Amino acid sequence: MDIRKVKKLIELLEESGIAEIEITEGEESVRISRYPASAAMTPAASEASKQSVPEISVESPEKSDKKGYQVLAPMVGTFYRGSSSTADPFVSVGDQIGEGDALCIIEAMKMMNKIEADVAGRILSIEVENGEAVEYGQLLFVIG
Amino acid sequence: MLDKVVIANRAEIALRIERACKELGIKTVAVHSTADANQKHVLLADETVCIGPPPSIDSYLNMPAIISAAEVTDAVAIHPGYGFLAENADFAEQVASSGFTFVGPPPEAIRLLGDKVSAIRIMKKAGVSTVPSSDGPLEDNPDENIRIARDIGYPVIIKATGGGGGRGMRAVHTEASLLNAITVTQAEAQAAFGNDKVYMEKFLERPRHIEFQVLADNFGNAVHLYDRECSMQRRHQKIIEEAPAPGITAEQREEMGQHCVEACREVGYVSAGTFEFLYQDGHFYFIEVNTRLQVEHTVTEMITGVDMVIEQLQIAAGEKLSFSQDDLSPRGHAIECRINAEDPRNFAPSAGHIDLWHPPGGPGIRVDSHLYSGYTVPPFYDSMIAKVIALGANRKSAIARMRTALNEMIIDGIKTNIVLHQEILQLSAFMAGGTDIHFLEKHLSL
Repeated sequence: MDIRKVKKLIELLEESGIAEIEITEGEESVRISRYPASAAMTPAASEASKQSVPEISVESPEKSDKKGYQVLAPMVGTFYRGSSSTADPFVSVGDQIGEGDALCIIEAMKMMNKIEADVAGRILSIEVENGEAVEYGQLLFVIG
Repeated sequence: MLDKVVIANRAEIALRIERACKELGIKTVAVHSTADANQKHVLLADETVCIGPPPSIDSYLNMPAIISAAEVTDAVAIHPGYGFLAENADFAEQVASSGFTFVGPPPEAIRLLGDKVSAIRIMKKAGVSTVPSSDGPLEDNPDENIRIARDIGYPVIIKATGGGGGRGMRAVHTEASLLNAITVTQAEAQAAFGNDKVYMEKFLERPRHIEFQVLADNFGNAVHLYDRECSMQRRHQKIIEEAPAPGITAEQREEMGQHCVEACREVGYVSAGTFEFLYQDGHFYFIEVNTRLQVEHTVTEMITGVDMVIEQLQIAAGEKLSFSQDDLSPRGHAIECRINAEDPRNFAPSAGHIDLWHPPGGPGIRVDSHLYSGYTVPPFYDSMIAKVIALGANRKSAIARMRTALNEMIIDGIKTNIVLHQEILQLSAFMAGGTDIHFLEKHLSL
């Protein structure tokens, strides 16, 4: 689960009067609560707790559980599914690809860098969206 | 004011820049290697971008990655901190041509002042004495070389032009050994740097390292912020710095400061910079300019009340310097101790988990550190983990406050050089002030 999404959820929680929020996305879920599960809630305690750091329990399968070969971003830039922001995607989920096939473009400093598959296989998932900024090491595809 | 700034650095200076940006309402982007995802400033920054694996060459020295991070976050400026790419004129140029503001001097000024030979030429023009030298590489002419050495006056030192950091150097005390020394140094230079060019300089046997801070804006305004004493060094690494330098008169200070200001105007310098000198027997000899913010900018901040990172950001935003030379009046004495993650005896680096971080406090104590309890100091980078700064009404008070601060500090989990600092602060030579750049190494070898 993207840490940025988790941060945004925490912000949402803090700004609202919600005590607890749980979001499920596919196989991952996040529960963020303002109070630890076992705390007795009194009005005085709830005032003081507004200052406390929300407790976070993140349940998501560890990267190693994502069965398959993980394609990570080798650089910082903008991710495009095709050869440009408007072109057709190189691959879609379910596609069979060979080693060396183009998977995507990462654009950095006005240069389009083609990212090629290191392995052959089937595209199991695409983890980022067209036009999204990616950082070094970010999970892009899972190939099975 | 700048909308969003990429902090292209790590550790304590990245936190320093983060704090200054927060003060000015500037949004921050922390770029970091995979080993640095849990740094304090990364956790505090508005946005973060992982730019590479741990090795600096692939992350903090990776120009395309840093500029790309600025692009994807829509930042407007990049602050390089110190070290890494801070004095890389090519980087400054690429930052500008990519449409971002480099928080520092223009590339041309970095080139003009960053190059030792051209800096010396500029300083001479500004009326500053430099270390007497051969003014260029030595030719294959024994008689001429002997004449040069006589003009300079023994002892002299033969230095490789492509060298640095203490390598490729040989001191010569008598004429009889001169020619041989030149030949041997040339051979060493060829082997070590692939360049056999050597030059000759006067060898100062017990100099102090005294430097002057400058600030300049884009409108031709330049000021100096007085001097710093940085002679307490080991292997050319500063360990303790002070402001002002003990024993320098107000007249000397004003004169040298003005020379530096003139040099700034001469090259159209912008932002923060430091002019370094060797000082011996009442004479200042210019050695080089550092075209960036320095680690020890803190002691200057303490005695002048100027926040140099804020000034840098304001200058980069196109504002005029917020004060003039006449507005400055330094007060008190400041000392900084660089705390390193290393064995205090053999100086071996000591990375690892910080079980307990307990910083000192009290009047006049400032701590610039990215540490927190539970942080893990990674092994890939510079070992400096904290700067403790003490400001007192005078040097004696600053020393006393620093001693108290060092005694209060706790860093558990790794080894640090706190013990070495405590030792130095008790030495009578240190208390007297004015020790030269060889003092610490001599003391350590006893």
